[in-house]
Amino acid sequence: MSLDTFIRLVYIIAAACFVMGLHLMNSPATARRGNQLSAVGMAAAVLGTILLIAAGDVSTTGTLIWPIIVVGLVVGGGAGAYTARTVKMTAMPQLVSIFNAMGGGAAALVAIDEFVRAAGIGPHTLGTAEVVATVLDVVIGSVTFTGSLIAAGKLQGIVTGTPVKLPAGQAINVVLAIIAVVAAVYLIFVGQVVLVLVALLAVALVFGVTMVLPIGGADMPVVISLLNAFTGTAVAMAGFVIDDPVLIIAGALVGASGGILTKLMADAMNRSILNIIVGGFGTGDSGAVAAAGGATGGGSVRELTVDDAAIQLTYAQHVIVVPGYGLAVAQAQHATAELAALLEERGVDVKYAIHPVAGRMPGHMNVLLAEANVPYPQLWEMEDINPEFQRADVALVLGANDVTNPAARSDPSSPIYGMPILDVDKAANIIVVKRSMRPGYAGIDNLLYTDPKTGMLFGDAKDVLTQLISAVKAL
Amino acid sequence: MSVDQLISSLTIFVLAILVGFEVISKVPATLHTPLMSGANSIHGIVLVGAMLIAAIADNPLSIFLSVLAVAFAAMNVVGGYLVTDRMLEMFKKRPAAPRGAPKPEA
Repeated sequence: MSLDTFIRLVYIIAAACFVMGLHLMNSPATARRGNQLSAVGMAAAVLGTILLIAAGDVSTTGTLIWPIIVVGLVVGGGAGAYTARTVKMTAMPQLVSIFNAMGGGAAALVAIDEFVRAAGIGPHTLGTAEVVATVLDVVIGSVTFTGSLIAAGKLQGIVTGTPVKLPAGQAINVVLAIIAVVAAVYLIFVGQVVLVLVALLAVALVFGVTMVLPIGGADMPVVISLLNAFTGTAVAMAGFVIDDPVLIIAGALVGASGGILTKLMADAMNRSILNIIVGGFGTGDSGAVAAAGGATGGGSVRELTVDDAAIQLTYAQHVIVVPGYGLAVAQAQHATAELAALLEERGVDVKYAIHPVAGRMPGHMNVLLAEANVPYPQLWEMEDINPEFQRADVALVLGANDVTNPAARSDPSSPIYGMPILDVDKAANIIVVKRSMRPGYAGIDNLLYTDPKTGMLFGDAKDVLTQLISAVKAL
Repeated sequence: MSVDQLISSLTIFVLAILVGFEVISKVPATLHTPLMSGANSIHGIVLVGAMLIAAIADNPLSIFLSVLAVAFAAMNVVGGYLVTDRMLEMFKKRPAAPRGAPKPEA
């Protein structure tokens, strides 16, 4: 068996590792093994490729092959390893977004290089299929590259999280789309000209920015998930360009997974993906918000003292903790776990209610709480915990807002009507820890806060929890 | 690319998409972030493509493009797997953790 045949078999094994690895990620018990299996497949594919190049079994006409590969692997791999090891878990979504940008960028670069090489020979060197794949790869990869960087910037607070209204708004995007279509048609039907590809590249890079800038920071998880699917598709297209099945398989797998995840996340917010991309909602400035504001005037808000809250919690039998975005921002997961452990010591049954979109990505809250050593069985998903609220003596809401708003069930005029929520209002008593009365990202007031059963504790989640812990200890 | 090659590549593409839907639609919401991160590392396979273009880079532009592509893809692969592993490490069972009996103290 020739080396070439052997490496092709290795690629098949790598593809099988990716599929089985993703499958093992179905369950918390096997997820880590799944990721490791997938990493083994990746290492095999990369080493196999290095062997192929070393043995000269692929085209090796390059002049600086090993310096390029070594420098690229050391610099890129080193940067990846360093950031992955040092990033705080709360900042992890933006890091994933940056890695995603890198993947999309690499996919675009591969196609650009192939195209420039072919165009150097003549304007009709590539077949139609390759040109179509190149166009798709360059467009999708470039949009992903700049889009993911802007998304990461928004999460990190470097780029403003509030939606940026572009002066001419949709007009810019329409112009960009027209240029892109003209360039693509030219490349496919007229001839392969580098300058036209450069125009297409520039338009796609700008479009990544204009697509993500107008979207609110709270929608970034959905956007990152969508861009992750984009990268998968771009990589599959790169596979068509260089005729490499392992790129096609892995890219298509990721395209499918990212697509499903994006849909799940959008569903959890009762919104369509299109709605998010077109924007407008989540901006806190739409007409619907003003209309919904009418419901506010009704009740007044009751403020609790820390000692009252501590007494309620300590003498309860069943407490449900509802962690949200505010907890993630305040990095209060350790304090939360400490308070819960303290209550458990006193015989209180503590559960965590996890809304599918709590935190910044689906499952992000679970990761944060796991980091704080919260036992996995205490984490309850929305469908399982909702019937439990009516048995709960106290529901402790930590920086969660829209996902607890009963208006989603009761007020058809509310913009979040129909969104699945946690039935926090069914609990006997509700304690809400919140920075201020500012509305959540949906820009609407939360009927929960004016419920007579609700007491508010204003302040940073971490500070309030620290005070609660010492108050409970003092009891 | 010959028609035969194109058809077989398209077949692989379509089947891989279907496999992706099947394999992934069963993942519980709890694991969605690690899943997104894990899937994100898998598309780092573009590193293979980046190295293959590095092998034929014989002019300054190609050398520049391929070194950038290798570095980007390597960051995607290495960083992606490590950060996913860090996330999943936290899901491992703790020996002392009481199991999910509804009312441990009653």
